[in-house]
Amino acid sequence: MAYEAVIGLECHIQLATRTKMFCGCPAEFGAAPNSNVCPTCLGLPGALPRTNRAAVDAALRLGLAVGCELRPVSEFARKNYFYPDMPKNYQITQYDRPLCEGGALPVALEGGARRFGLIRIHVEEDTGKSFHPERHGDRPVSRVDFNRAGVPLLELVSRPDFRAPAECAAFLTALRRLVRWLGISDADMEKGHLRCDANVSLRPLGQEAFGTKTEIKNLNSIKGVEKGLHAEIARQRALLESGGRIEQSTLLYDADHDRLAVMRSKEYAHDYRYFPDPDLPLLVVEETWIEDARGALPELPWAREARFATQYGLPGYDAAVLTETRELADYYEDLARGLDGKLASNWVMTEVLRAVKEESLTLAAWSAKVPAGRLRGLLAKVAARELPGPLAKQVFAWMRDEDGTVDELLERHGVRAQGSVAELEPLVVAVIEAHPGPVAQYLAGKTATLGFLVGQVMKRSGGQAVPQVVRELLEAELARRSGS
Amino acid sequence: MAIDRAEVERIAELARLEIAPERMGRMATELSAVLEFVAALGRLDLARLAPSTFAPAGTPLRADELDDRRIPAAEALSAATEHDDGFFLVPPIVENVNP
Ligand SMILES: [Zn+2]
Repeated sequence: MAYEAVIGLECHIQLATRTKMFCGCPAEFGAAPNSNVCPTCLGLPGALPRTNRAAVDAALRLGLAVGCELRPVSEFARKNYFYPDMPKNYQITQYDRPLCEGGALPVALEGGARRFGLIRIHVEEDTGKSFHPERHGDRPVSRVDFNRAGVPLLELVSRPDFRAPAECAAFLTALRRLVRWLGISDADMEKGHLRCDANVSLRPLGQEAFGTKTEIKNLNSIKGVEKGLHAEIARQRALLESGGRIEQSTLLYDADHDRLAVMRSKEYAHDYRYFPDPDLPLLVVEETWIEDARGALPELPWAREARFATQYGLPGYDAAVLTETRELADYYEDLARGLDGKLASNWVMTEVLRAVKEESLTLAAWSAKVPAGRLRGLLAKVAARELPGPLAKQVFAWMRDEDGTVDELLERHGVRAQGSVAELEPLVVAVIEAHPGPVAQYLAGKTATLGFLVGQVMKRSGGQAVPQVVRELLEAELARRSGS
Repeated sequence: MAIDRAEVERIAELARLEIAPERMGRMATELSAVLEFVAALGRLDLARLAPSTFAPAGTPLRADELDDRRIPAAEALSAATEHDDGFFLVPPIVENVNP
């Protein structure tokens, strides 16, 4: 029998606020264990929570970006549970009156964009981080660090609209781009800023009713989401095909061994006994706040991607790469002013991104070094055919290490840019005519001879030419001769 | 609403409390009495009143600024049953069982 997978995602987005959700402890990653804690986030008796406005603002921005309904009055609830990763024995979250509901995230898939529906987005606090299983003496234990307990999170729940792991991976990629774009999260999955749980069930193709679902936790990379889902779908399919039954359970995906493990006793796990948190007032979001958040929204990534394709005449691939981050899109648009859009795109996608990667720079650091306006000066000369490609690349390399405009760089390196090709071409022709022997060898396939010819042209140029340019001109001229 | 022995055992397990078997019966009786006391509220006629589960709305939200209420790790750990190397130690959270 053919089966169809039905998958829903639950994503947790750690917000890039300075402080925690309900207390003024630092929300930073990487501090010594249990050093960013206070009576509130340790759940000590009498300590009261106070809501971080920046976290609510981040939720509003994300909610507005994906077209959610925003609830003017929402409430915080206690989710009671008995894992030791939360010192209060409950997590403050939102339950039946979440801040944002509905909406959809546009996702680029092979074969076009699709909008995946959302059920809700709400604000909550993170749990502590547990390390397990470990040993202490001869006993198995878990170790807990409460630095993360109380760090602001958004929980985003999708509709069960995914049918393949690849769709889930594309959704997460789009979500990661969006939250970074909005500046609300670093969304580094390896650091746990963006985490994902998935609900999976199989049903016979064509059947309307859902099968029994399992939940996979700990999908902490986009690759891991795809692999974990593939593993679970395969496990469920094998079980169903051998006449077995799926047990509702929570599984933990171990990416290192591509293996699923069942988490401990599920009997009580879903009995969270939610109730409104009496320590917190209702969360009231006035219309003016919503309007301010709406007004502060940048052009959204998918809108900008579409605009790049039409306004600059770019292929879809270029538009997608250039809108990967807001900084890159800004750099590109600044660069492309007055230039051919595709020329600017080619240079950003190949030269700039390669240089940024080679030097492990952030785009901000790169922009400080080679501002878009400076690079634009170079590309303007390329567009005007004042600089041959190899020389332009040489100038670009100088730009990375030195100050100065294109003209200053050329002068400093003793290269005359104006008419350099026009000046070199007669030298190239002259050298070819003067050395018929080496030319014949080259044309017969002994390409090493080209070095000799390059040297001769260099000599005649008085050392003013750029070897790469000479080489290119020689190759072109020789190709023409061998063809005729 | 009455609570029976089985329910007491389950609550004790969830709350990590050890209750001697001979005290189970008494505990069930007392917890039932507590629930009965609270259940009296359910007999009030509140139809005309809006629910007020919360502190008044409009409490100002906190600015995203660090404060000085942090306590040192050693002090935070001092109340723990067990700790080691800066971490709280707890019973193992995950059992490695193949599904
Ligand atoms: Zn705290």
